[in-house]
Amino acid sequence: MSVAAHLPALQVALPLIAAPLCSLLRRPGVAWGFATLVSWVVLVIAALLLAQVLSEGTLIYEMGGWAAPWGIIYEVDTINAFMLLIVAAIGAIVTPYARHTVTAEVPAEQHNLFYAAWLLCLTGLLGIAITGDAFNVFVFLEISSLSSYVLIAASNDRRALTAAYQYLVLGTIGATFYLIGVGLIYMMTGTLNISDMAERLPDVANTRPIRAAAGFITVGIALKFALFPLHLWLPNAYTYAPSAVSAFLAATATKVSIYVLLRFEFVVFGVDIGIANFHFSEFLMPLCVLAFLAGSTVAIFQNDVKRLLAYSSVAQIGYMVLGVSFYSLDGMTAGIVHLFNHAMIKSALFMVMGCIMLRVGSVQIKDLHGIGRHMPWTMFAFVLGGLSLIGVPLTVGFISKWYLILGALEEGGYGFAIAAAVLISSLLSVIYIWRVVEVAYFKPSPHGAAEITEAPLGMLIPTWLLIGANIYFGVQTDLTVGVARQAAALLLGIDL
Amino acid sequence: MIDALPPGLILILGALLIPATSGLVRQGLVLALPLLTLWAIWLVPDGVQATLPFFGYMLEPVEGSIVGRLFATVFTVMTLIGGLYAMNQARAVELAGAFGYAGSAVGVTFAGDLITMFVFWEIMAIGSTVVIWAAGTASAYAASMRYALVHIFGGVVLMVGVVGHIAETGSIDFVAMQADSLARWLILIGFLVNAGAPPFSAWLPDAYPEASPSGTVFLSAYTTKTAVFTLLVGFPGEQILVWVGLYMALYGIIYALLENDMRRILAYSIVNQVGFMVCGIGIGTEMALNGAASHAFAHIIYKALLLMSAGSVLMMTGKRKCTELGGLFQSMPVTAFCGIIGALAISSFPFTSGFVSKSMINQSAADLHLTFVWMMLTAASAGVFLHAGIKFPWFVFFQKDSGMRPPDPPLNMKLAMYVFAGLCILLGVWTDPLYAILPYPVDYVPYTGDHLVSQFQLLLFAGLAFFVMLPMMKRTETISLDLDWFYRRFFKAIGTEFTVRAGDHRQELEQAALARLGRFVEGLYRHHGPQGILARTWPTGSTVLWVAILLGVYVVIYYI
Repeated sequence: MSVAAHLPALQVALPLIAAPLCSLLRRPGVAWGFATLVSWVVLVIAALLLAQVLSEGTLIYEMGGWAAPWGIIYEVDTINAFMLLIVAAIGAIVTPYARHTVTAEVPAEQHNLFYAAWLLCLTGLLGIAITGDAFNVFVFLEISSLSSYVLIAASNDRRALTAAYQYLVLGTIGATFYLIGVGLIYMMTGTLNISDMAERLPDVANTRPIRAAAGFITVGIALKFALFPLHLWLPNAYTYAPSAVSAFLAATATKVSIYVLLRFEFVVFGVDIGIANFHFSEFLMPLCVLAFLAGSTVAIFQNDVKRLLAYSSVAQIGYMVLGVSFYSLDGMTAGIVHLFNHAMIKSALFMVMGCIMLRVGSVQIKDLHGIGRHMPWTMFAFVLGGLSLIGVPLTVGFISKWYLILGALEEGGYGFAIAAAVLISSLLSVIYIWRVVEVAYFKPSPHGAAEITEAPLGMLIPTWLLIGANIYFGVQTDLTVGVARQAAALLLGIDL
Repeated sequence: MIDALPPGLILILGALLIPATSGLVRQGLVLALPLLTLWAIWLVPDGVQATLPFFGYMLEPVEGSIVGRLFATVFTVMTLIGGLYAMNQARAVELAGAFGYAGSAVGVTFAGDLITMFVFWEIMAIGSTVVIWAAGTASAYAASMRYALVHIFGGVVLMVGVVGHIAETGSIDFVAMQADSLARWLILIGFLVNAGAPPFSAWLPDAYPEASPSGTVFLSAYTTKTAVFTLLVGFPGEQILVWVGLYMALYGIIYALLENDMRRILAYSIVNQVGFMVCGIGIGTEMALNGAASHAFAHIIYKALLLMSAGSVLMMTGKRKCTELGGLFQSMPVTAFCGIIGALAISSFPFTSGFVSKSMINQSAADLHLTFVWMMLTAASAGVFLHAGIKFPWFVFFQKDSGMRPPDPPLNMKLAMYVFAGLCILLGVWTDPLYAILPYPVDYVPYTGDHLVSQFQLLLFAGLAFFVMLPMMKRTETISLDLDWFYRRFFKAIGTEFTVRAGDHRQELEQAALARLGRFVEGLYRHHGPQGILARTWPTGSTVLWVAILLGVYVVIYYI
């Protein structure tokens, strides 16, 4: 068999094997270079996989040649190929960016371990997305979670330790809930293979264990993707983590969890049984509306920009799940495309904050006075990223909002109210972005700020690459919206 | 290539350059940008010039049309002369805001589709807010925030309407519509909010007079007239606009007569004048639409002239209330002279621009035998002469002598006023250039014997009434209440309630959290089991509680 046939395995195996190797590379620069190289190869693999899926349809790869449902299989269809691309692309952009901030924020003797954890985290996230086995999802969930606890705690800031610990406790609860759910399903169906589960589930759909399983999985995963009011771990974790880690996790970790939810609700529990419908439309939708209203409001009052962005993430997660909860093609497209779009937006904004952290040593709003004059490129990137977050036309944020509002309006009646709530929340985001912009551009710089210089090119280039992508995919939507629509149709069981 | 780019972009992008320049370069930029834009505007032929694929829709960012070109032209002329007036006195932020504001207004006039229109519409709201805010006073800041709130609200309404309309029809074309579905009603309401229609008229006289002397000049031109443009394109002949317009025309007069602040008088009169245009659009005949368009053209020029005159007075004296001013003609002859020209034009005095434009609207009401409408419009015309035509110049430049002897403003401001005063007369005497660029062929002759006679009668009697009732017209230190009192007080009460309570609550929470943290650290040192205490710390526990609650709720709901 050629290499191409083994791409699904390589997607995960490559970073997995690279991680321990990386830990052996004692020179910080070498460890970073190695991780960067791996992240790029991973991106190439993800892109090839997506191309293959788009042309040939779903790929099935049997691990070690063991056929499903006994062996573990990797099943790559449009939606998880899309997820793989999101994770790999963010990885490939943030890893090269990480060098300067990690040098500044992580003790030098730990760099090899940091990059090893980084690659493990990448492995875990890719693994969750690619695998077709419910228990395997749990394993990768743990790999990614454990490594992200390490990454968050790696920061010089000692508060990161508590944040990581809190994340650990809550993440473990989430994972446990997920495992209980999978256990219950296994009890009723006798299988761990996701497609197999989906086939056998209708026979036992109306039993209590299955309903309980659905509840456990939904709540457990909701905790992992920080749906309001289960978001408590997120602000601390994103605020105190090293800048590069914030940029990486904010763009990938929650998105992958949402993917797991979609996979379970729509594929396993299926559209026909009605569990998914109940979950999303009645159970999650109110929480989503609360999430973006409360999240945006709280973000306005934050004084730490990273924390502000973290709360904005809570709000954006609300948008994603809200789109899905409309249960229509447009709504689902909005939710899935926002997974991609928000990854680009939030990652770019956190990268900007990394640049500022490096040069100013703080991301408190009060320390950013007049920073627009000292770091014009960095701050302009923030302005563009902020516009995209708000949802200004010609940016990706607008595309998401557009489909979200279309989806809401299709609902009629209460849909108008939800559309209005989405718009109000966008206005709130205008306020919190403006708070930063106002200080950075319109306030005089404090005394002694003259030494602050522009961020190094090694950070600016990746940041601007993502900002460019924000604009590019805001105009050219064939790839993002096209794939999202296919994925949405796949999940809803509609033929396009 | 140049005609494939929206002409408004020249101003918008140029606006970004303004703060980076200073001195001669900035002055050059301020004058060159509008000229360049004007040139670009007249390069765009009729029809769609550029398209932009935008996820499934074809945007038409540049579509030339007769009426669009008319509005774009006057917007740009306004930017040029306004820039001349402002270039030495205004802050860079204000100039940048004003140019971005003007550019987006020009952008709207070339928008071939609703999405482009909406984008420029929103940039306009931002630009105008910056202009108000640039005055730098606390009251201007507060006014700019109120202003932004109203426009954000209008924008939301408009956006929901646009999206709904596109979802219904599948077309994003910006063409004439009927208000026959919720979505199109929302679009109409969104437009009307910007036009200053009831019950949202109050934002205009609330915000505009708080801007700097030059800021108000810019503000008077774009927002309301862009709304007139969009109504003209989107809802010609919409019945309800006749009544909305009449209401606005009368509303403006009544409040202007009650008002004491000279620039607020002129701001109310904007509502009044836009009322005439909205009414003309509602009448919807070719002549009425011509009238609305030409009146917008003329109005921008004379209203800017009036506000330049008032702005000069404000700048030189620092006073804005009629009761504190008076007798200024002695030391500010140029300002007084130009102010009077503007006052005559707004009163539709023969041989000024107002005479040849507004009368078309009145005439079209008469032609359709809309007796009531015609009578109200005529009454409103008399009222205009009362409040803007006589009241403003009389109390500011004549009346009692206030004892102040400020000189005329600097040269660039005088020049700007001369140019606009000249234009007011020129358009009134030589009507062909204006009539030639109107949307429909004009077969209207303003200078007929009976029109002149009736107009002179009207003005004469209105003037007579003013001086007969002069004691009643004298303003004292009053504050006029408007509809906005309800929503401002109401919202304020609610806002105070929320912020104060929420602030207290937040503080409580923060203090509680700090105390908890303190206890946590203490506990860490006192007991040697961090694990147990950490597990019990509130935040983590609270989330676990939430998890349990959610699971419980899920189970309960699902089993019921």
